[in-house]
Amino acid sequence: MNGGPALVSIMRQGSTLIASVHTALNDSELVRFEHDLVDQIGEHRSRGVIIDVAALDVIDSFAALTLRRIADMARLRGAQTVLVGIQPEVAFTMVRLGMGTGAVPTALDLEEGLALLAEQGSHHPRPDEPEA
Amino acid sequence: MEQAPEHDSAQSGPGGHLLSQLVAHLREHRTRLQEEWSQRIQQTHLLTAMTPQEMAAETTSVYDNYVEVLETGNVEALQHYAKDLSERIIPRGVETHEVVGIVLLLRDVLARSLFEKYQRDFSMLNEVLDAYEPAANRIANTVAVSFVDERERVIRQQQDAIRELSTPVLPVRERLLILPIIGVLDSERARQLTEQLLSGIRKHRAKVVVIDITGSPDVDESVANHLVQTVDASRLMGASVIITGLSPKIAQTLVTIGVDLSKMNTIGDLQGGLEEAERLLGYTVTRKEVSTSS
Repeated sequence: MNGGPALVSIMRQGSTLIASVHTALNDSELVRFEHDLVDQIGEHRSRGVIIDVAALDVIDSFAALTLRRIADMARLRGAQTVLVGIQPEVAFTMVRLGMGTGAVPTALDLEEGLALLAEQGSHHPRPDEPEA
Repeated sequence: MEQAPEHDSAQSGPGGHLLSQLVAHLREHRTRLQEEWSQRIQQTHLLTAMTPQEMAAETTSVYDNYVEVLETGNVEALQHYAKDLSERIIPRGVETHEVVGIVLLLRDVLARSLFEKYQRDFSMLNEVLDAYEPAANRIANTVAVSFVDERERVIRQQQDAIRELSTPVLPVRERLLILPIIGVLDSERARQLTEQLLSGIRKHRAKVVVIDITGSPDVDESVANHLVQTVDASRLMGASVIITGLSPKIAQTLVTIGVDLSKMNTIGDLQGGLEEAERLLGYTVTRKEVSTSS
């Protein structure tokens, strides 16, 4: 992203990566986001990924597809993805247009997402120390 | 209010002169005419919902308002009065035909008195009626329209209330919502239900929602599909939905029209649904041992 405010921020919290999408992304920005995120999963040895889309008031089919792809790739790299913060109108529009999130689990907000990952053993408050 | 000067100028013409003569006549014989009118109302069994005292008070105000409109040609005050009157009498079940009926009776009573007064001078009578009739009809019109407007306002208000009541979203436990659906679910109500449910999930941070349709006799295909979509949308917001109380008829309908219910979590009755929801949320409900012997 060439200057300007960040469109997405990716933060690390323990063994979880939290990607917060601030604004609607166009197709090339989505591809770039996918790339960055999947890169960072390996870098931080993350076990969980939370994508927060609370700021989005529209999710088009390409965005939905990208989110599913990210989840699949993350799984291949050993991290479980949770999609959080889908707005009520967005949720219903997505369903009406027949674009669900596939097998990607969803949660109400960031807090719920973290709880869900913790339940599944994918989130630890600190990065896993290599066992001696 | 801009009309006022026009009416003044109209009254200075020959018609206006007649009207003021007319008004003077009606004022002079007020008591007698009003009594006659009240009798006619009683004879025709209108306004039976009112007591004689109320009737006397209302007929007096209607009469005075009536004459005033004839005099000034300004219906605004009458509109206010009619609206106010409607507000009072609508809850008591007064019908449109009664209100229109009494105003028309008054018109006829007054017209009769004019016939009587001018019976010797036919051309004069004609002129007086020419001035009287349009004004009188206008009054009847104003009262009827005010009454109907008021009734429609009441109906709209009630519709809003029914709509709000029709889809309550009730938190029963932390993170558990219940949506009892009573009555026929049409597509408008289904749409509203979705809206309320999704915002309810957000507001109460619900994880489990029980939709109970025991009280709903039937659903059609579009509503069934809508229900499925609502369940999916809730899942996108991180809540799982349990549907309870599907009647045999609805179950039959759903299977016949081939709605995909494989992803729907359905349980026989509301009790079972609540137990399942509690299990999902990790609640255990146990009955407290009663130590006193019965």
